[in-house]
Amino acid sequence: MGQETAAGRDASAEADAPQGRDASAVWGYRRDPGVHPPLDYPGYRSTALRHPQRPLKVLPHLLTEVTGPLLGEDRIGPLDHDLTRGHDGEPQGQRITVQGRVLDADGRPVPHTLVEIWQANAGGRYRHKGDNWPCPLDPNFTGVGRTVTDAEGRYSFTTVRPGAYPWKNHDNAWRPAHIHFSLFGRAFTQRLVTQMYFPGDPLFFQDPMWNSIPDPQARERLVARYDHALTQPEWALAYTWDIVLRGRESTVFEHELALEDDD
Amino acid sequence: MEPTTPSQTVGPYLHIGLPWPDGPYALREGAPGGVWLRGTVTDGAGAPVPDALIETWQADPEGRFDHPDDPRGAVRRDGFRGFGRCPTDDEGRWAVYTLKPGPVPGPAGSAASAGPSGPSGRPVLQAPHIDVSVFARGMLHRTVTRVYFPDEEEANGRDPVLSSIAAPQERATLVASATEDGYRFDIRLQGEGETVFFDI
Ligand SMILES: [Fe+2]
Repeated sequence: MGQETAAGRDASAEADAPQGRDASAVWGYRRDPGVHPPLDYPGYRSTALRHPQRPLKVLPHLLTEVTGPLLGEDRIGPLDHDLTRGHDGEPQGQRITVQGRVLDADGRPVPHTLVEIWQANAGGRYRHKGDNWPCPLDPNFTGVGRTVTDAEGRYSFTTVRPGAYPWKNHDNAWRPAHIHFSLFGRAFTQRLVTQMYFPGDPLFFQDPMWNSIPDPQARERLVARYDHALTQPEWALAYTWDIVLRGRESTVFEHELALEDDD
Repeated sequence: MEPTTPSQTVGPYLHIGLPWPDGPYALREGAPGGVWLRGTVTDGAGAPVPDALIETWQADPEGRFDHPDDPRGAVRRDGFRGFGRCPTDDEGRWAVYTLKPGPVPGPAGSAASAGPSGPSGRPVLQAPHIDVSVFARGMLHRTVTRVYFPDEEEANGRDPVLSSIAAPQERATLVASATEDGYRFDIRLQGEGETVFFDI
């Protein structure tokens, strides 16, 4: 990789070093404008009262932003990656595995990082007091999973394919089948919560979550790929999905004190 | 370079996947010296937001992080995670038990900025602060803000991030108020008294 770690680079630096390599000289993370949905998106009605009206202020990446919680094995149990277990019986639905890698924008794996997921059951019903549409709960499915990536950034879950479900955002509104994902990376700046979709879903066209992503190519990055090589005979279909978090600035950046307004 | 993965909302059912029993305890439950940081999330109509999740990340009281990317080295403090996570309740309320952070080195001085340290390169200290993420149904991406402390007036006045915000009433949205067991930091997503949010 040819890139020193921050710890190795600056192990001997003092906070009051005369210049450069001090505690203020930290690598920031490259911003990724245009990738994420806007906070104000009228097609998703609930954004109306929940988006800031003033422009965001640019926050430089200082120590609090380039560090973050390193949550690992102590947060997960041995069965947490398998959503089909831990109940009296097996859940209804199509058994699948979802696996892939967590990478940064430079293609480097993000190892030993916590990945959390939650989802509806095979019929499209969440085990949640707020979900009451006429679709049965499955006594053998809770719909929550956790794992930690390995040294190469790989993760894997076993679950059932979630169903689509209706909601009240617009006339005859249905969410495409999806699994919610939560990722930490190694810095507060890299935190990401998103949703993974399935290829060829006929419901994308009317889904404001999907359409809120401005770049159609970026939308496609939320779609897992059916992976026949990893599909297990007489057991489970495989879907592969890689997640890319923000990458580091290529040079140590000496922050200017003057911040700019975004407007 | 790989293009990054877009954000999506946590949606209305975030409570299935994200809360942890020990989530609100950035400092271990029962550990001495802790303070409760509490607040309410409200929307543009002033209504409480009952389906939000707050996450906090901060330095310890000496301004250190348990993280290898801090050039001063990682410092682990017993019982202190530095990270808190709490869903809002039916009244939009959240709470995190933590230690008040210490000051943290900020940007290096530069000619353009000639603060108290001048162009020597010596970092200007940031006032004690806590970084906050807000996730909610109706938010397609998290928003980020910062908590500052009411008993740090002098440090707040010198803080490079806080002092970059020109309007006093906007700055004021980032300063918590003192309470009996800690601090209160309300988050207004929109409108009157709207919290200052950052592009991170
Ligand atoms: Fe969902």
